[in-house]
Amino acid sequence: MAWFKREKRPMAPSVEKPVRVPEGLWIKCPDCSEILYNKDLAANLHVCPKCAHHFRVSATDRLRSLFDGAWEEHDRELVSLDPLGFTDTKAYRDRLTTSYKATGQRDAVIVASGRLDGLDTEIAAMEYSFIGGSMGVVVGEKITRGIERAIARRCGMVIVSCSGGARMMEGTLSLMQMAKVSAGLARLDRERLPYISVLTDPTTGGVTASFAMLGDLNIAEPKALIGFAGPRVIEQTIRQKLPEGFQRSEFLLEHGMVDAIVDRRQLKAAIASALRFMLPSRAT
Amino acid sequence: MAVDTLDFEEPVAVLLKEIEALSMLPRTEQRAGEIARLQSRADEIRGELYRMLTPWQRVQVARHPNRPYMLDYVERLFTDFQELHGDRRFADDGAIVCGTAVYKGTPILAVGHQKGRDTRMKVKRNFGYARPEGYRKALRAMKLAEKFRRAIIVFVDTPAAYPGMESEERGISEAIALNLREMAVLDVPIIVVVTGEGGSGGALGIAIGDRVMMQEFTVYSVIPPEGCAAILWRDSNRKVDATDALKITAPDLLGRGVIDSIVPEPNGGAHNDYDGAARLLDVALERALREVSALSSAERLDLRYQKFRDMGRLGLDFADASPSVPRADA
Ligand SMILES: [Zn+2]
Repeated sequence: MAWFKREKRPMAPSVEKPVRVPEGLWIKCPDCSEILYNKDLAANLHVCPKCAHHFRVSATDRLRSLFDGAWEEHDRELVSLDPLGFTDTKAYRDRLTTSYKATGQRDAVIVASGRLDGLDTEIAAMEYSFIGGSMGVVVGEKITRGIERAIARRCGMVIVSCSGGARMMEGTLSLMQMAKVSAGLARLDRERLPYISVLTDPTTGGVTASFAMLGDLNIAEPKALIGFAGPRVIEQTIRQKLPEGFQRSEFLLEHGMVDAIVDRRQLKAAIASALRFMLPSRAT
Repeated sequence: MAVDTLDFEEPVAVLLKEIEALSMLPRTEQRAGEIARLQSRADEIRGELYRMLTPWQRVQVARHPNRPYMLDYVERLFTDFQELHGDRRFADDGAIVCGTAVYKGTPILAVGHQKGRDTRMKVKRNFGYARPEGYRKALRAMKLAEKFRRAIIVFVDTPAAYPGMESEERGISEAIALNLREMAVLDVPIIVVVTGEGGSGGALGIAIGDRVMMQEFTVYSVIPPEGCAAILWRDSNRKVDATDALKITAPDLLGRGVIDSIVPEPNGGAHNDYDGAARLLDVALERALREVSALSSAERLDLRYQKFRDMGRLGLDFADASPSVPRADA
């Protein structure tokens, strides 16, 4: 249930290569090899204008693409205290410090309130560059507080997943975050308030097996890897190669697990219309 | 359940072999006395070994092939067990068993993982690796219990949810996720006991309750130690180090607020004495069920929510480092 990278060999997060668009002026699309000007790509929400390849985006860029304007970030300074005192080949504390420096974030999710197409909305956006977007106690706490705020404010909740799953370095406590967030979503559900789950590349492990699959609508970005077990684990179990496209968004749509696949450039509009369907109509 | 001993039980194994050899010979007063003496010595050594088990040794005990499974407890603790098969959607999953039963005069629902004992049953039970239909069957049965206001007793013992192609095709993630959400608000008492391996999401998918207990020598982990070692150490042989680091034993998890209590096991572990293990579990179950049943629905559901809400505690597991907030340097 740990996070697994898309690449063949699972690697420790510290050696992970940056998967977002790098800082240079130009970038080559990995799908169609088109050379793209970075600013144009950003203006197109990091979607290749030629082939619609969806580049991975940061949590901040994600919020910028969904909120109408400014947003209020919550619990920005919640930090893990390394509850297990975990050390593998490297101390978890050092991995955390490395990730703070690399991302400017304290953990792998930003949770914020703002307006989405005029509607008050809570949005949690996961940050893959922070230890593979893995979920530990801070991610679980911030998202749960977000859900509780949505209940208090009678507004919709949106969670944009981008995560390898539960964070091994926080052990069973990270597993329990699945239960914690899902309990929050149970209350949101019983309050008849909307929850939109957006699944982006990658969404795997304990994140998929909890809040990512619990949306009133589950919306996937095109060609995202979405699954429970990592592809390598499955291949080891069945001792054969997985077919092309296995665990991709289109596969999940075909198997009835997501409501829709939506291009990032239409995502905000899709969420807005879903929220309007779900929120009580204003008494006039 | 005699001669299946684990590597660290070697001193016991030696004595058991001596006993076996003596038992082959014609019985005399003297030999009977010698056997009794060796037997009590073996019990004594076993007791000493089990008082100081390392985390990895606990993993071995939790996975012991002779470890009692759910149905061994059902047989000893309940009467009138009636198994309920199938998720009414796709299939019946042998790795999760559900059934109505009577516990101390009151009908209850029993739910749990079941590993097979011999090869044929191991295959039928898929070695305790449940597929989506197992989790869906469990939820169907639990909703039945809710409808008729019957408490639920859950036995957790799985290496993991089944990581195969059909699990992904049929939505293992959704099946587990829905159980997490629905069990959080299911309006009847739920008592969960980890009786072997608490294997990540596959365990958690039926393990939301008002009380979560672990038997003394069981483990509960986010990932199997071998998997963690393969990823973080890049060497699955570092499983012992990974086990130490992951803090997956019952005492570790009690200390971190993940579980509510530890159910003692008989001398030498549950696999060494099924009846003794069942008696000890009986005491814990009865008490937990009595306490939880005494609460009103609203109180019980609030406490259940709070219990999982508190997984990850401010000042202990995480802190708020905002300058405006006083530091929680407890
Ligand atoms: Zn392209």
